Amino acid sequence: MSREYETVIGLEVHVELATKTKIFCGCSTAFGGAPNTHTCPVCTGMPGSLPVLNRQVVEYAMAVGLAANCSINRYCRFDRKNYFYPDNPQNYQISQLYLPVCRDGSVEIETPAGKKTVGIHEIHMEEDAGKLIHDEWGDCSLVDYNRSGVPLIEIVSEPDMRSAEEVIAYLEKLRMMIQYLGASDCKLNEGSMRADVNLSVRRAGEEAFGTRTEMKNLNSFKAIARAIENEKNRQIDLLEEGKKVIQETRRWDDVKEYSYAMRSKEDAQDYRYFPEPDLVPLEISEEWIEAVKSRQPEFQPEKMQRYKKEYGLPDYDAQILTGSKYLADFFEAVTELCKKPKKVSNWLMGETMRLLKEQEMEPEDISFSPENLAKLIELTEEGSINGTVAKEVFEQIFAKDVDPVSYVEEQGLKTVNDAGELRNIILQVIKDNPRSVADYQNGKEKAIGFLVGQTMKAMKGKANPGMVNQILRELL
Amino acid sequence: MYIREQEEQTLQEVEKKQDKNIISDETIEYVGILAKLELSGEEREQAKKDMKEMLDYIDKLNELDTAGIDPMSHIFPVNNVFREDVVSNGDDRENLLKNAPETKDGSYLVPKTVE
Repeated sequence: MSREYETVIGLEVHVELATKTKIFCGCSTAFGGAPNTHTCPVCTGMPGSLPVLNRQVVEYAMAVGLAANCSINRYCRFDRKNYFYPDNPQNYQISQLYLPVCRDGSVEIETPAGKKTVGIHEIHMEEDAGKLIHDEWGDCSLVDYNRSGVPLIEIVSEPDMRSAEEVIAYLEKLRMMIQYLGASDCKLNEGSMRADVNLSVRRAGEEAFGTRTEMKNLNSFKAIARAIENEKNRQIDLLEEGKKVIQETRRWDDVKEYSYAMRSKEDAQDYRYFPEPDLVPLEISEEWIEAVKSRQPEFQPEKMQRYKKEYGLPDYDAQILTGSKYLADFFEAVTELCKKPKKVSNWLMGETMRLLKEQEMEPEDISFSPENLAKLIELTEEGSINGTVAKEVFEQIFAKDVDPVSYVEEQGLKTVNDAGELRNIILQVIKDNPRSVADYQNGKEKAIGFLVGQTMKAMKGKANPGMVNQILRELL
Repeated sequence: MYIREQEEQTLQEVEKKQDKNIISDETIEYVGILAKLELSGEEREQAKKDMKEMLDYIDKLNELDTAGIDPMSHIFPVNNVFREDVVSNGDDRENLLKNAPETKDGSYLVPKTVE
């Protein structure tokens, strides 16, 4: 049934910018402060207070726009969007409607069917709203304005996506680009990146778009994929039953896995935009654009080439490591310390990625220091610990950022390289396992593996396996 | 650019409709909802009259030929006023909360609002 339909998706992505201060006042944007401790008359909407634009917000918006192949509007300004809601103390949000800072861009995404271009309609700057906490027992809500006035950019795509996979690929591309720029940490679970999904369906081959709905409250890639699937089916079912899709905003409940219409008809969405009278317009000069361009960082494709050339890494390693700005930075920090790029890459792509995946973490959640991984690599390289022990120690580093040198010392995990001590243990193993010894002497090569294993067990994993093998062969 | 297109459109509409400035009951009701105002019968009639007069006045301005003039959004010939990205405000919660009718646990207390 659903094969006859095509899904058409466009996204509105809000990104909280990594500025130190809010967009229109000198309050801190630090996450997690006590309620209302990062507020002032401007961001609490006190009468008579006046906004002054943070220059860095414009720089970040331009940098993201340039990275997304947008043209920068040389003349732009802010507009007032009027609405009443307690999270918005001014009763209007300062945003950009008529002359946004960036227009007409595109990003390229990888899909199973090959490369695809997603158009960017515009990028505009605006301020975030406060946070409402609802009293579960009482008939009231508490408002925290710490987030009120935190700078946002809203990236509006063209309706160019056709599936949840394409949407995720687009979001991952945007996130990687913005993280490379350092313009935001783009954490979906903390709300520093938020995506609203505009979705409609139409019969395959039809040109006109169907009626779309907008879905909010999507705070993970998984939730986005589920919500798209659910909404697509809901709309197809309506059409199949001969009903109509109503243009509305819906809120996704990821626990219950369904969405519901958010605003009733009485709450008309009539924002009465008009030019913001408290802010002067922006005139962006060619020199300013060039200056921002000249500060653009090395993006993934160039970094990947450099990793192959400078560090001699294989294609696959270079691609995975540069897939996240955080992972790439971490790789460079560890390599700088221990000068063994391939070993560092192996630890990051192997054990680190395994543990991150297991604990559903992202590379930016890595909490151990580059120093401790570098020390671990040195311990393994000089033969102080063997591979098995190294993995154990790494789990401690990953979880608690322990210093591997003192940890190995305290736990007595150092490989025993003392041939005399090893020889005594091996003699005992030989004595205890006469059958395997006989098997080996009768030509069963495999039996030696068992004896090595027994020796390692007696040594609690601390022996150098090569040395054990050598001594065993000598003694037999 | 977009604005000017819109304005030209509105201008054409003005020429078409003569009595368009009479405010209907539906319009005053709608404006009341948007402004979160409840008006008495008398106040409504007065508001309808006032709004019509305002629109007539704007029509008067619209008689001017503004072709070729960029729409103005600000009265001062000033652009690019910025602040640097440096934290200059500390925690002034105690003073700010004094402006609120009701507070609780360092937050503003409002009637329960759930979307």
